[in-house]
Amino acid sequence: MTENDHVEHSKQSIWSKYIFSFDHKMIAKQYLLLGISMLILGGLLAMLIRWQLGYPDEPLPIIGLSDQYMETGEVDGVVDEMWDGWFEDETENWLTMTIPGGVIGPEFYNSLFTMHATIMIFFAIMPILVGCFGNFLIPLMIGAKDMAFPFLNMLSFWVAFIGSIVMLWGFFVPGGHAAAGWTGYPPLSSSVEFSGVDWGQNLWIISLMIMGISSMMGAVNYITTIVNMRAKGMTFFRMPLTVWSLFIVAILLLLAIPVLASALSMLLFDRIWGTSFFNASGGGDPILWQHLFWFFGHPEVYVLILPGMGIASDLLSTFARKPIFGYKAMVYAMISIAVLGFIVWGHHMFQSGMNPALGMTFMFSTMAIAVPSAIKTFNWLGTLKGANIKFTVPMLNTLAFVSMFVIGGLSGIFMASTPVDIFIHDTYYIVAHIHYVVFGGSMFALFGGIYYWFPKMFGRGMNMTLGKIHFWMTLIFFNATFFPMHILGIGGHMRRIANPMQYEFLQDMQWINEFITVSAFMLGLAQIIFFFNFFYSMYKGKKSVDNPWEANTLEWVAATPPPHGNFPTPPIVYGGPYEYGVPDREEDWLSQVTKR
Amino acid sequence: MSESAVVNATQESYESPVTPESWGKFGMWIFLAGDAMSFGALLVVYGALRAATSNWPIPAETLGIGLTAFMTFLLIVSSLTMVKGLSAVKRGDIAGLKKYLGLTILGGVIFLSLQAYEWTHLIHEGLLFSENPWGSALFGATFFSITGFHGMHVTGGVIYLSVVLINAQKGKFSAENYNLVELVGLYWHFVDLVWILVFTLVYLI
Repeated sequence: MTENDHVEHSKQSIWSKYIFSFDHKMIAKQYLLLGISMLILGGLLAMLIRWQLGYPDEPLPIIGLSDQYMETGEVDGVVDEMWDGWFEDETENWLTMTIPGGVIGPEFYNSLFTMHATIMIFFAIMPILVGCFGNFLIPLMIGAKDMAFPFLNMLSFWVAFIGSIVMLWGFFVPGGHAAAGWTGYPPLSSSVEFSGVDWGQNLWIISLMIMGISSMMGAVNYITTIVNMRAKGMTFFRMPLTVWSLFIVAILLLLAIPVLASALSMLLFDRIWGTSFFNASGGGDPILWQHLFWFFGHPEVYVLILPGMGIASDLLSTFARKPIFGYKAMVYAMISIAVLGFIVWGHHMFQSGMNPALGMTFMFSTMAIAVPSAIKTFNWLGTLKGANIKFTVPMLNTLAFVSMFVIGGLSGIFMASTPVDIFIHDTYYIVAHIHYVVFGGSMFALFGGIYYWFPKMFGRGMNMTLGKIHFWMTLIFFNATFFPMHILGIGGHMRRIANPMQYEFLQDMQWINEFITVSAFMLGLAQIIFFFNFFYSMYKGKKSVDNPWEANTLEWVAATPPPHGNFPTPPIVYGGPYEYGVPDREEDWLSQVTKR
Repeated sequence: MSESAVVNATQESYESPVTPESWGKFGMWIFLAGDAMSFGALLVVYGALRAATSNWPIPAETLGIGLTAFMTFLLIVSSLTMVKGLSAVKRGDIAGLKKYLGLTILGGVIFLSLQAYEWTHLIHEGLLFSENPWGSALFGATFFSITGFHGMHVTGGVIYLSVVLINAQKGKFSAENYNLVELVGLYWHFVDLVWILVFTLVYLI
């Protein structure tokens, strides 16, 4: 039974230790690095989007033409000289083809919002929340020495890496990158004539298929590991909620990703072999794509938020120094969110012309999700009630997660209601909602998780002063960026338009767009603090003890950073993960491995 | 596999694993559940498009079911030989394992050859990925996607079976150690089961 064995790492070369490592902790770090690089890229794309919306069709600062050149045609400075030279020679390079004169045109704008979403969802948040935290935490938290299939685990990362390269390649092909939105609706995505995008869209499809294979390998690994490799005494209901959330996420991925893969292959056939699965003129049905995509897509948004919920639960309990309120209810709530997640996809399609009776059904199933979500929220609040809260940086981010998730969840109820959705469908209201859930939710949990587990990963703590500055700037500018989008949306501002100034009724609201753009730039600047803190602390941070937060779960029992194999002897678990403040004990925490 | 004693020792330190005998077995079941979703999506698309198309040809007349009925029979028999192979290795009968693995591979290869013959024949008659002389072009698109995706699974299965056969040749299996045989068996039965669905939905109905 070789697959149960772990390859001995006693003699490791650089290749087997850092590159093609089988060790779940190294693979987690690889995913983290991939995710952070893509997070930076996705963030830069967002900055470009905001520039275009705040200052439509004006040249970008620094790399764009000067005002003087735009007005009089007189060259002012080296940048003008560069562009002017290229214009005169009619040079065709990447810059003159995509942003002539530093101006983001409508075509490039379409690629920008498509790739911002694609990169953030599939290449930043998923690799970090699921790839990194899943790999790092599952074996450590359940007391296993590694994943069930270490080789498959290594393969999963490198397949994701290839997928990322293919996705990035798309920026440099003629016709530009995919420009049909991250949802890739046909006919825009299925036909070159509509979007003008040729190989960009093909590479987008192929890359997502490769990422799907990687996710499938990860999902099989996570589920098998959690089901089979829990340490003695680690019953299902003694698992930390982070592990529960990742377990449920793996099941969601397992069942949803293959549907996307099938749909993507049909889309690719439509594009390159002239079939008409989604092409109405050939008898196909573009709405069919929407059904398939959202059958995947709705579970996918829970893939993005559930790990955040798990991490938030762990961090809240640890820093409230209280047991989590309603542990089992939390588990059942996550399970019901996941199950309901498969029968609500139609709420993305209220405006697709589907039968209103069907829309009504989807409206009710969607509203039903509010129940488990509310259970979770009130349990978080119950955990905080009467607690002696320690306002550490991970805790601040977690509290932001809970508050922002509530705002995002509430705006979701408006959209779930068909009559309201008719009004706000495809407006900036939707953009506000998704960012409150995915940035306000997943990203704050992601930051909290990184600050929290960084000492275990790298053996050094992150700088908490910088952490606080980063947190407050992020919280303030996040809200300044995304809250006004609700107002824009109600005012009728459509999403995915390159130039709001083209519409007379939107011109009065342009100052809001400018305000959002300035806030978004500040939000972007704040992240530089985080990235600096991250890489600086990796090498120069303060050395950490094994259990800096005095937490109960098993990862804090292992050495810092955990060696290969994690635990010197297989740990035995005697209690639940959240037993804080047990009476008649000197410490206010009680490790899961302490006999009681 | 020489470390199997060590493996068993560590497995005792786990809390109620579902498949204590092999992680791979559970992993394979999980993978097949996911794979079923990809076939499920293709078949749902087939149903949705066919229901919405008026000029869908009657498959039994256009495709002919004599040959494919034989192919179905062949695949079912190859599942049977797979079962015989597994029961042989459980008895420690390695010669029997090799014989039945060989027969299973033969079944898969004949299936693929017949499918290749069927495809060439249909393409010759004018049924293409995006063209269909008997009606809706979607008929060709769905037909080639679904049978092609299944054919890829059979091809993968034949390769997988061959790897297991090579391992059997090297003497890696015994009455106590036959995990890989069991895994390939699970996969092969799945591919067989999917074909019965494909045959019913794409050829018969």
